[in-house]
Amino acid sequence: MLSALFFYLFAILLVGAGFMVIAAKNPVHAVLFLIFAFFNAAGLFVLLGAEFLAMILIVVYVGAVMVLFLFVVMMLDVDFAELRAGFLKYLPIGATIGLLLLVELILILSAWVTAPEIAAQAPAPPAADISNTEALGLILYTRYVYLFEAAGLILLVAMIGAIVLTLHHKPDVKRQKVGRQVRRTRAESVELVEVESGRGLS
Amino acid sequence: MTVGLSHYLTVAAILFTLGIFGIFLNRKNVIVILMSIELMLLAVNINLVAFSAFHGDLVGQIFAMIVLTVAAAEAAIGLALVVVYFRNRGTIDVAEIDLLKG
Repeated sequence: MLSALFFYLFAILLVGAGFMVIAAKNPVHAVLFLIFAFFNAAGLFVLLGAEFLAMILIVVYVGAVMVLFLFVVMMLDVDFAELRAGFLKYLPIGATIGLLLLVELILILSAWVTAPEIAAQAPAPPAADISNTEALGLILYTRYVYLFEAAGLILLVAMIGAIVLTLHHKPDVKRQKVGRQVRRTRAESVELVEVESGRGLS
Repeated sequence: MTVGLSHYLTVAAILFTLGIFGIFLNRKNVIVILMSIELMLLAVNINLVAFSAFHGDLVGQIFAMIVLTVAAAEAAIGLALVVVYFRNRGTIDVAEIDLLKG
């Protein structure tokens, strides 16, 4: 009963926050509503017994990705009101396609049943006596270790890609070149000149 | 009023639809489009976790973690592209991104 109450609370807040993400005038507000939506989704995950994913959602999503969004929104000096022009122009087609998709999804949901033998042959049934995090770790690092490594590789590629994209050297900024400094020899940097006494250099 | 699998799937379906709707509504603002994609990925994750919980199979949660990873990478790359584009052109209007047109 209590879990049903919390399900409806989280679900309604999640859908409301999701709607405000796309309807908010100010993109900073949209990012904050998206953060709120992620918190409510984490609540739904906790209700489903997926505590680890709920915490990952808060730590990784709210803590890292959404803060990145917030940084970019606040850093770009864009007239966001101008970008909203045509909002109402696209409303009919967007609403049509969205409603069609929703009707399709709900039709699928109402007509669909799970084969009864599926549940019995689950590849990784959760162990009853250990926590969700422990159970996930037990299969993530053994059976799905290649998937795990691939995820790490994806993050590495994303990190390198983001750095390569955004790093740029301004041509008029003087930088220290350590290699050039170390390679420098006495012969190329010191010139000894014999000067006749009393004459000076011309 | 017990909460079943279809309740979670309905919430996820509504959220996914909102994501699609957001892409159509804010089709000039890349940042809101990226946020709509995040909403859709969140809906997919809710689906995966709900199936995982109701069918007693942890693989769904493993897969949801992979989806989270890909979504984080996508957000990082997408925002980097937005920053570079803004630095070069001074706008992030999607309609202005037409340098590559034949």
